[in-house]
Amino acid sequence: MASYAGPAPVRPGDVAGTLRLLAYLGLAIALIVLDHRGGWLAQGRAQAELLAQPLWWLAGAPGRIGDRLRSDAATRGQLARENRILRNALLISGARGARLQAAAADNARLRGLLGAATRGRLDVQLAPILDIDLDPVRRRLVLEAGAADGVRMGQTVIDAGGLLGQIIDVKPRTATLLLLTDADHAVPVVLARSGVRLVAYGRGRQDLLELPDIPLSSDVRVGDAVVTSGLGGRFPAGFPVGRIVALRPDHSRAFLIGDLKPSAQLDRGRDVLLLRDAPPTAAEAPTPAERTTP
Amino acid sequence: MIRARGWALPVSIALALLLGLLPLPPALQPLRPYWLALVLAYWVIEAPGQAGLGLAFGCGLLADLVFGSLLGEQALRMTVLAFILQRFRARLRFFPLWQQSLAIGGLLLNDRIVAAAIHVALGAPQVPWTAWWAPLLGMALWAPLFVLLDAWRLRRA
Repeated sequence: MASYAGPAPVRPGDVAGTLRLLAYLGLAIALIVLDHRGGWLAQGRAQAELLAQPLWWLAGAPGRIGDRLRSDAATRGQLARENRILRNALLISGARGARLQAAAADNARLRGLLGAATRGRLDVQLAPILDIDLDPVRRRLVLEAGAADGVRMGQTVIDAGGLLGQIIDVKPRTATLLLLTDADHAVPVVLARSGVRLVAYGRGRQDLLELPDIPLSSDVRVGDAVVTSGLGGRFPAGFPVGRIVALRPDHSRAFLIGDLKPSAQLDRGRDVLLLRDAPPTAAEAPTPAERTTP
Repeated sequence: MIRARGWALPVSIALALLLGLLPLPPALQPLRPYWLALVLAYWVIEAPGQAGLGLAFGCGLLADLVFGSLLGEQALRMTVLAFILQRFRARLRFFPLWQQSLAIGGLLLNDRIVAAAIHVALGAPQVPWTAWWAPLLGMALWAPLFVLLDAWRLRRA
């Protein structure tokens, strides 16, 4: 016979609570798996995210007010100084633009001689970034422009430095931008110097992309500039993606991994450019290089 | 006094979500306290009739939508937090405020571990290591938040 009183009697409330806990945990895990694998919930999630719109708008208000205060409080001297700097910058870019225009005209003539498809002109739309912080693990930004402003799914987003990412979700008033650095993002790239084709993957880190599986024999060096290759048809060719800052062997020692520093500024609180002109016909037309290689 | 009437509960949760979205300098971002967990913990302790596992799950789901994280991740974390709080509620209520803060700090740390485990299980990238300091900040914020919410709730009730 046991001489002790035994474990404390289980209260029925505890059992019911545990069962409810298990039910909710199961539901949460099911949601996580559904959202993680294949994104089957994409439709429902897109609908439900409309609920978040007013909160996003409210949370962006301090940023907007701060901007307005800053521009209201700017003194005459500050404005004059800023004006001078901007005028100089405009002069320099104007001169550069003129030189590039000559090159572009040459390029168009040569393309005409080759009979290659002409590329579409660059047509962009300016969109401000909503000043809010989303989940830091997922590299996303919210733009203050949506379907009402002509933003479409899959549009390429750039800034003055280079490629930023693509639009993955469009709402009437806002759009979600998937940054290059998100762990779900990959972009086909080509080395500007040697023409080696690779794929740049995001790793969820703030300012680093990865170029895995570089063959040891390929002509890749630290400092190489990397631009989009246009393969796959999602991104137009020729936009700067970044610069290789480090090369290291992977764990199999048969390939190299390159660390890539993005050329665009991947933070919030600024304006970005949405490429309007991404016609699938122009992106899918073979480039001259592809034609000449047998 | 257990039933909190009026708007205190939904408004405080909406405020917690807003505080989670407010832009911070990039260096401070990992240190952002988990406002939603703090506010929810208050309601689970003080108004168990209204704030239970269901509310925790719903708030977590809402937070997932608002912060753009994996759907269900914060719902799971909030459910675990609310369950532990419910089990120890009878003791927690009569702790002095500083002991309560310690308990909340432990809960927030546990929440970080749960989040890290979810990320490991899915192969998702981890948050920066500085984010492990955030529970300490949450612990420090518990006492002022508790006093503030108490004042609000009792005035309304």
